Amino acid sequence: MSEPLVVIGNGMAAARFVEELGKRALGRYAVAVVGEEPHLAYNRVLLSSVLAREVPASDIQLKPARWWRDRGVTLLYGKKAVAIDPAIRRVKLANGATLPYSKLVLATGSNPILLNVPGMNLPGVLTFRDLADVAAIAAVGQGKKAVVIGGGLLGLEAAYGLAKAGAKVSVVHLMDRLMERQLDLRAAALLKRAVEAKGVTVHLNGDTAGIFGSKHAEAVVLKDGRRIEADIVVVAVGIRANAALAHGAGLVVDRGIVVDDHLQTSLADIHAIGECAEHRRICYGLVEPAYEQARVLARRLSGDDKAAYTGSVLATNLKVSGVNVFSAGDFLGAPGTEQVVLSDPGLDSYKKLVIADGRLVGVVLYGDTADGLWYLDLIQSNASIDKIRDELVFGRALVERIAA
Amino acid sequence: MNAPSHHPAAVRTTCPYCGVGCGVLAKPDGRGGATVSGDPAHPANFGRLCSKGSALGETLSLEGRLLHPMVRMPDNGLARISWDNALDKVANGFRSIIDQHGPDSVAFYLSGQLLTEDYYVANKLMKGFVGTANVDTNSRLCMASSVAGHRRAFGADTVPGTYEDLDEADLLVLVGSNAAWCHPVLYQRMIANKRERGAKIVVIDPRRTMTAEDADLFLPVAPGTDTALFAGLLVHLADTYALDYGYIDSYTTDFENALARARSIAPDITTTATATGLAPQDVARFFQLFARTEKTVTAFSQGVNQSAQGTDKVDAIINCHLATGRIGKPGTGPFSLTGQPNAMGGREVGGLANQLAAHMGFTPADIDRVGRFWQAPAMSQTEGHKAVAMFDAIAHGEIKALWVMATNPAVSLPRAGFVRDALSKLELFVVSENVLSNDTVQAGAHILLPAAAWGEKDGTVTNSERRISRQRPFLTLPGEAKPDWWMVAEVAKRLGFGEAFAYRGVADVFREHAALSAFENNGTRDFDIGGLANVSGPEFNALEPIMWPVRTEDSSTDTRFFAKGGFFTSDRKARFIAPEKPAPRMAVTTNFPFRLNTGRVRDQWHTMTRTGLSPRLGSHSPEPFVEVHPDDLTKANLTNGGFARITTPYGSCLLKVTASAGQRPGSLFVPIHWSAETASSARVGELVNPHTDPFSGQPEVKATPAAIVAVDFAYRGFALGRTAIPLPQPTWWARVTVTGGTGYLLATNDAPERWQERARALFPDCELAEYIDGPRGLYRIAAFREGRLEGCLFVGPAAHAPQWDSVKALFEMEAIEDMQRRMLLSGKPADGIAEIGPVICACFGVGLNTIREALASGAATNVETIGQALRAGTNCGSCLPELKRIVHDRVPQPV
Repeated sequence: MSEPLVVIGNGMAAARFVEELGKRALGRYAVAVVGEEPHLAYNRVLLSSVLAREVPASDIQLKPARWWRDRGVTLLYGKKAVAIDPAIRRVKLANGATLPYSKLVLATGSNPILLNVPGMNLPGVLTFRDLADVAAIAAVGQGKKAVVIGGGLLGLEAAYGLAKAGAKVSVVHLMDRLMERQLDLRAAALLKRAVEAKGVTVHLNGDTAGIFGSKHAEAVVLKDGRRIEADIVVVAVGIRANAALAHGAGLVVDRGIVVDDHLQTSLADIHAIGECAEHRRICYGLVEPAYEQARVLARRLSGDDKAAYTGSVLATNLKVSGVNVFSAGDFLGAPGTEQVVLSDPGLDSYKKLVIADGRLVGVVLYGDTADGLWYLDLIQSNASIDKIRDELVFGRALVERIAA
Repeated sequence: MNAPSHHPAAVRTTCPYCGVGCGVLAKPDGRGGATVSGDPAHPANFGRLCSKGSALGETLSLEGRLLHPMVRMPDNGLARISWDNALDKVANGFRSIIDQHGPDSVAFYLSGQLLTEDYYVANKLMKGFVGTANVDTNSRLCMASSVAGHRRAFGADTVPGTYEDLDEADLLVLVGSNAAWCHPVLYQRMIANKRERGAKIVVIDPRRTMTAEDADLFLPVAPGTDTALFAGLLVHLADTYALDYGYIDSYTTDFENALARARSIAPDITTTATATGLAPQDVARFFQLFARTEKTVTAFSQGVNQSAQGTDKVDAIINCHLATGRIGKPGTGPFSLTGQPNAMGGREVGGLANQLAAHMGFTPADIDRVGRFWQAPAMSQTEGHKAVAMFDAIAHGEIKALWVMATNPAVSLPRAGFVRDALSKLELFVVSENVLSNDTVQAGAHILLPAAAWGEKDGTVTNSERRISRQRPFLTLPGEAKPDWWMVAEVAKRLGFGEAFAYRGVADVFREHAALSAFENNGTRDFDIGGLANVSGPEFNALEPIMWPVRTEDSSTDTRFFAKGGFFTSDRKARFIAPEKPAPRMAVTTNFPFRLNTGRVRDQWHTMTRTGLSPRLGSHSPEPFVEVHPDDLTKANLTNGGFARITTPYGSCLLKVTASAGQRPGSLFVPIHWSAETASSARVGELVNPHTDPFSGQPEVKATPAAIVAVDFAYRGFALGRTAIPLPQPTWWARVTVTGGTGYLLATNDAPERWQERARALFPDCELAEYIDGPRGLYRIAAFREGRLEGCLFVGPAAHAPQWDSVKALFEMEAIEDMQRRMLLSGKPADGIAEIGPVICACFGVGLNTIREALASGAATNVETIGQALRAGTNCGSCLPELKRIVHDRVPQPV
């Protein structure tokens, strides 16, 4: 008889985990997926495209219902899990039902962080996390004023979608540059220009004092006195691992649900993957590590005891506001490192390599990111790049042609 | 497009470069350019052209041309003025200086680039009407020693032979002549003779030039010792009974005296070898070859002429030919290969300070005769200042007004720095020129007169074998450009000599010149083209290349001189000359231990104002260099490919070092072509000593004592621009024309960061692509305007200087593709690198073109198989909607 395996969360990590497990051990487990959102799992990365009306909401589904059915997965979407009882190995749902498990996988994702400032609860103050948020934001009409708080990836995606949908968008960002965790100063400046070219106004060094409004959000007020009129405010200042269930079940939780290299929590047979997990003190907020974790966990649960997750190299590989950006490793360049920079504003391209002891240790690509993963491989391989340094920034094709 | 028959026919004209005087067919393209080929019917070249002549079509652009009369303003700038105004200023300036200080306070400095008619009018104005013989020419730097040598020996400046002698000789001796590079078409005739008839070639040169490559015997003679070699030869000929006593007795005088002097200089082969630094067996072999080969031509060039004993060298050579009677007979004779296209024409006109006109000198009879012919009011009575002395006279204020025509003395004269300073002291400094800027113009010219250039000029030139050929125009005069003869005639009119200068056209000038050559001649003077004095306009236009003398209208052409004497001395006999013992004027010292030799490179001409316009020619030797023998390289701590400062008591240059085993140890060779316009520090004229030959006044430009010291640059690189790039001081640079613009090779001690700071100033109003690898010392920029590559700069460590070939190839293109642009700053070609197109899958870097190719080839058919084949869309999936659309509109489209 198949062991009952319950996945809590119906997002991208969950869907990939089921896919990977299905490749290896279909039939070993009776899989049930519990998801709070009333949808089949969808590609969250495409939410801004939906907002921008580039892609219909129906198109972002990761897998059709039949795909789940074909794999014998019990899909419980629109159902909220409210508690876990490890002692009896059961998950309790909001409707009172309980699900028994022999293995439990937590893929509960994350929640948007809200600011601790006045006005956060006003109508018109939204987050940008799921299809419901998109629907709420999209309800704002053409030509309305939208303020996005947060100039990170999520905020910029929201701003891009809003601008494409016809809103007058401002982005307020706390730091002196956009996406400071993924980009260096120069790439961030280029991105700012690209964002502005889409009609978005960017306010840097903007520390939100509060959201002003009597019955509805009317303006965002900054600590330096700047006041930005708003019909809606989208708060996209970051995410926090959704670890409430785990916490309630007595699992060790720090910033996220703490897991080891086997993606196991502090309790046997309970695992966590994706944004809710904290591995080696890192909570990842990107899809790539979640997919890696899903793959490793699927292998382990298929009997591959050697499978282990040792962490993801921090690579960002994205399209923001229509611009490809890539960064990996020590892209800022710590003291003592060397830099090679190639830029061509006419091609909208900027590349920076960070080199230490003759090895590639970091990279930022803006615009032309085709070789991003190749650079990432070079960083991970720790191989000497002395011989190819003069061609390296021009890309893989040149390096390989010269070597040939 | 027009049918071919609508194109104008090719115009037959003559090459503007060396003294070979090749016929050229120029077919104008109707857009200011022309295609150029050799004229098969011209007897100098029979259709052949050298690299320089072949590239003439690339030199016709109006870039940098002087198109209007200009005047120097108080702020030192130049402003356009009318011809009338300019000519008035010139005439009034000359008039007032002459009135105040006398006729010898003014001078003309002319050029072997001028046409005979230009020369004639200028010479006539000065020597007959202004009343001064201060008319000299850059030919003084070129072949004045040959002129003086001819006149001493023959009584006239006569080249006895013809080019056919080079075809018919059994022994060709080349002395101080790199004919392979400097007279390539004649050299090819000699090589054909060697190949087809087995002629032997002996090359005598301190330097193993390209000419030596095909020689049967190469004699690397010590600088300045040619006279010892030919003195030794004369002794050997006498001692081996190889003399033609019949000829000596009948047609010459002073033989015994000359032989005695020769014996005192080089009594035997051993002494000759010691004196010349040659191996005795090589000397012996040469002497034997010469002694036993009746048909011997000794051709010589600047290596002989450009010496303080040049005239003696010429006569030491002529002595050997007179003594063997090998002169004026087919396949024999001493043969001066002149450097310039119309040095000979200038000599015929008398455009030299020590000649009067038409091969007449400053004897009372000649002065009287020319004065009557010209009906001249103010015949000059004595010789004027020769070139080097002329600029001395300018420096100390004796000459106050100067008109420079078609030459660049601030580059080419010895002590060029001194010359430049002297020019700035002139009260009136007129330049008639093709170019808006050169070192001479920059020396402070007050009035610039736009002169007709090759392709526009109309008149005649004479080549090294006395053959007069037409230079015919095939382009219209651009802007307000005018022929030089017209300018001089207009000034003459304004000086009150209108009647004597009332030429209706160039043919009038030619007829008068021809008539003067025949005036009271009756065979007493070699130069006589009286047979052409009555040519009609159409006949002048159709004039076929014709060798002088042309004494009557039906006299036959292609004649040699002196086979049976008939010299132009008073007794019609040739003179043997007893030369001085050879020694360069200046000895090397501990401070200046090397001897600096100068010369040409294959693909440039003079100061590059014309050849410098051709990208093809510029690619052969793009940088100014000093050639050093490998042993000296080690001794002086120099690096091949590095840099060195060469210093003489007169100035210094900073040049690229090239090791050359062909260079004589102890000697340095530097080419003459670079100027302040084309390089930061390569005007070799500044280094050259001003000592001159006592007879010819020709300076010793090939033997200045010099020192050489290595100079290190941390970085080297190059720049390319559509227009000039303002490189900052003190960058070392050399400029070269490339297709589509200008290239600079450069060396610098400024680190990449300094160049980065300047990038914007170097390429204003451009979008800059930039590559910087600070730790490796690499900095590169490419400048774009509206997508077009406007220029670039590459700087890198000197040890690994960036190469410009692939970048230059892109620069030459009208438009470049994105992939080429992306690879441009690598300095490596983008060949074979596929353009992947806009990246669709960011996660795996998969481009649109790659996806379309996969669909087209069938490697993928839908989104899923695209994922399997290319991984696109299999990670974050954000490109899936795009992939879907691409599959949907899979009709291939250009990106």
